[in-house]
Amino acid sequence: MTSNGLYDVAVIGAGVVGCAMARRFTLDGARVLVLERAPDILDGASKGNSGILHTGFDAPPDTLEQACIAAGHQEYLKIRDRLGLPLRTTGAMVVAWTEAEAARLPALMEQAHRNGVTDVRPLDRAEILERAPHINPAFHGGFLVPRESVIDPWAAPTGYLLQAIANGAHVDRNAPVQGGAFDGETWRLDLPGRSVRTRSVINCAGLYGDHVDQLLLGAPGFEIRPRKGQFVVFDKAAARLLPTILLPVPSPTTKGVVVCPTAYGNILVGPTAEEQESRADASVDGATLAMLRETAARLVPALAGQPITATYAGIRPATEEKGYRITPYPDRRYISVGGIRSTGLTAALGIARHVAGLHRACGTDWAPLAAPGWPAAPRLSETDPRDWQDRDNGGIVCHCELVTRREIEAALGGPLPARSLGGLKRRTRATMGRCQGFYCSGALAEITAGHFAAPLADPAEDRHD
Amino acid sequence: MTDAGRTGPGGSDSEWDVIVIGGGPSGLSAATRLRALGVPRVAVLEREVEAGGVPRHCGHSPYGLREFGRLMGGRSYAACLVEAAQAAGAEVLTQHTVVSFGPGPDPVLIVTTPSGATLMTARRVVLATGIRETSRAARLLGGDRPLGVMSTGALQAVVYLQRMTPFRRPVVLGTELVSFSALLTCRHAGARPRAMIEPNDGLTARGPARLLPLALGIPLHLGTDIAAIHGATRVEGVTLRDRDGATRTLDCDGAVITGRFTPEAALARMAGWTVDPGTEGPRIDGFGRSLDHPAYFATGNLRRPVETAGWCWGEGQATAAAVAADLERGLPPPDDAVPLTVAGDPLRYVVPQAIHPTAETPDLMPEVAQLRLSRPARGTLIAEQDGRTLWSRRLDSRPERRITVPLRPMIEAVEPGGPMTFRLREAP
Ligand SMILES: Cc1cc2nc3c(=O)[nH]c(=O)nc-3n(C[C@H](O)[C@H](O)[C@H](O)COP(=O)(O)OP(=O)(O)OC[C@H]3O[C@@H](n4cnc5c(N)ncnc54)[C@H](O)[C@@H]3O)c2cc1C
Repeated sequence: MTSNGLYDVAVIGAGVVGCAMARRFTLDGARVLVLERAPDILDGASKGNSGILHTGFDAPPDTLEQACIAAGHQEYLKIRDRLGLPLRTTGAMVVAWTEAEAARLPALMEQAHRNGVTDVRPLDRAEILERAPHINPAFHGGFLVPRESVIDPWAAPTGYLLQAIANGAHVDRNAPVQGGAFDGETWRLDLPGRSVRTRSVINCAGLYGDHVDQLLLGAPGFEIRPRKGQFVVFDKAAARLLPTILLPVPSPTTKGVVVCPTAYGNILVGPTAEEQESRADASVDGATLAMLRETAARLVPALAGQPITATYAGIRPATEEKGYRITPYPDRRYISVGGIRSTGLTAALGIARHVAGLHRACGTDWAPLAAPGWPAAPRLSETDPRDWQDRDNGGIVCHCELVTRREIEAALGGPLPARSLGGLKRRTRATMGRCQGFYCSGALAEITAGHFAAPLADPAEDRHD
Repeated sequence: MTDAGRTGPGGSDSEWDVIVIGGGPSGLSAATRLRALGVPRVAVLEREVEAGGVPRHCGHSPYGLREFGRLMGGRSYAACLVEAAQAAGAEVLTQHTVVSFGPGPDPVLIVTTPSGATLMTARRVVLATGIRETSRAARLLGGDRPLGVMSTGALQAVVYLQRMTPFRRPVVLGTELVSFSALLTCRHAGARPRAMIEPNDGLTARGPARLLPLALGIPLHLGTDIAAIHGATRVEGVTLRDRDGATRTLDCDGAVITGRFTPEAALARMAGWTVDPGTEGPRIDGFGRSLDHPAYFATGNLRRPVETAGWCWGEGQATAAAVAADLERGLPPPDDAVPLTVAGDPLRYVVPQAIHPTAETPDLMPEVAQLRLSRPARGTLIAEQDGRTLWSRRLDSRPERRITVPLRPMIEAVEPGGPMTFRLREAP
């Protein structure tokens, strides 16, 4: 920010897309302000996804989405070591469960080739069984997508934003944009009780992207049609039953239910695809969860008896059209980044590059940082060294996920402190394990006291009976 | 008794004769008795800051009659158990979390402590990791995921250990003994439960606790389940569903999801052991020895959900005797064991899952096997092997009741060979 309080770029929304955007513009040399309406980052669509780094093999060919997936995937591989972000290159198998599905496999492989994913190859029966020894043997064929991978859906965007902050970006949480105006040169954005000034605006408001367009442009460029996806997570002991991602043959309307490993060493099944009115209702439903568990047990029968660790749901910011809705308004120094439905975790870095390119039409008068800093993101993946293995970690607080006191204290401090239990979970995994807080709730209530607007517990009235 | 543990290579602190994993009543009991039986190097690894297990945060229940000859509260009972173990010469190591078992025939434990990860070895390992309540997630309970949904264990830790309260007007799901304990915990914290909810048509727990809701003026909804939990940040209400599917909402600011205990068997599962689908714990023979790895034993509630502290303490004593005998002269080979099984519905499980048909070590065998029903049933309970009836008796019981059958006559009657199976011939 300059002395007169003017930013170059305001990014509205700190979902995975906003986090990647803030990083891109910061590294490009802009003075960036991130405005997030929730108490913490990653509280919208980015809260619950499958954690898959897609190759884009099944994306609609020759679309912006496909290009951003490819570019995002590539950049993730390039930067992840320096940010300390995990990668489990498990590969994915697209498996046909009927003759009709099997008949569609060749066309899907051809589509993969068109999308530049040329390393897909058919698998024979023995190879499928070798890659997934516990799979239901009643399959009708399949093919391999070797580079589909599993990443940490929270550490990645957190790492992007931490790098932006380390290089000068400013992040305001609890900062909903409620209005604003462009005076021909700069924007005034209105927040509760104050306003901020910026030269450009990037709308990355996810599930509220159309609202933000409406507020700032006077008309939305698209209409959000929220689509919920529910998940069931199996305990870590199930991980050895499935070392790879199992994808169904997609139907024309949905990618279908996936069974896959997670970065944290669990097995996950989901998501569903349920159209709904609400942009906030990420509730789960017992019957649907039971259906997901049965689906998993049908595809991998040994999962039937495995304990369930968690359930959750995410909401996709889908729109009335299928593709991404990225629209520049150069005369107003405004770019709307909407409709990043179901591939945003993968594509975010690519989307950010694309948008930085579009911004040149608005006039980009900054120059890339010569030697940007590379702070490390939280290390939570089962495949990487964890804090519990190190000295002076303060002892374990969350036993199921082996979260140390030092990790929790770090998440409550630093440049982007957790502001809610949800935020703490996403930075540390505390309470996310099999006991769901049975053992650590007491200790957590004590350690987090005074840190959250909504505390885990209040001091008890002293009563003895 | 040899001193091998003490004089291992380098005499390092991390080599023990027996490591007990879990410092609750069964684990501390086992460690105390192992020392009393002359086993030199015995360590208890406890992941909490303080040993004592679940009783540590049970402010009210009566404990200690069997072990210490007097009634005491949970906290002082836990403290007595720890003292007894230490006085006997066992090393109680807190903030020691066992992460996993190393491969191979000799036990190696990967352990984390505040000063990082380390390896510990022992000649035998006793698993005594206890139980926990089934989480809201594992029950596939629907709705939002706001603050204020917790198990009784979590509630008690918050209330008794941290002196805090997560809510003022919660609902309590379940009517097991622990559910009534949750009512008392709420009361202790100054919270007033809105209602007690039970999916079945009657209360699960027996005994005087049943009168608590009445005494405390807490409405009891039988034949009712929680269909969904609502709330953006904190719990704002629950949807209740009756037997006939009718739903209604109830305002509240929390939900205690009680009971449905399950053994804390993650270490066994992670090691790739087969867990008994009925108990959800590791499978053991009559000595408490794992059927998956003969250097490991399991004792206490880890064997099956859920017994009193006194019962678990007793199991710890018996397991210690078996482990000490194993170290000194060896137990009968695992392969000689005859599997114990149940024939299926309505029998849910039998513990132990195998016994040795030998009179050589009768003093080390458990007096009884434990069975559970999956639904109320009555008829004739029969133990048979290869078509031969070994034992039978009449049974009229319910899922929440402990069923014990004397093992002695069966150990005498059983022969090496096929499994001994329990079956219930139901009365019409
Ligand atoms: C079920 C499911 C599974 C998925 N699986 C995968 C996967 O495996 N791989 C993959 O690559 N992608 C996946 N995705 C897609 C990915 O999660 C989304 O594409 C991505 O999260 C979209 O991010 P976003 O930043 O656009 O939106 P959001 O995460 O919603 O971020 C928008 C932010 O803007 C804030 N905001 C809104 N209005 C305002 C305002 N007025 N002022 C300030 N702030 C505001 C919101 O609070 C929010 O934090 C999945 C999605 C779902 C739902």
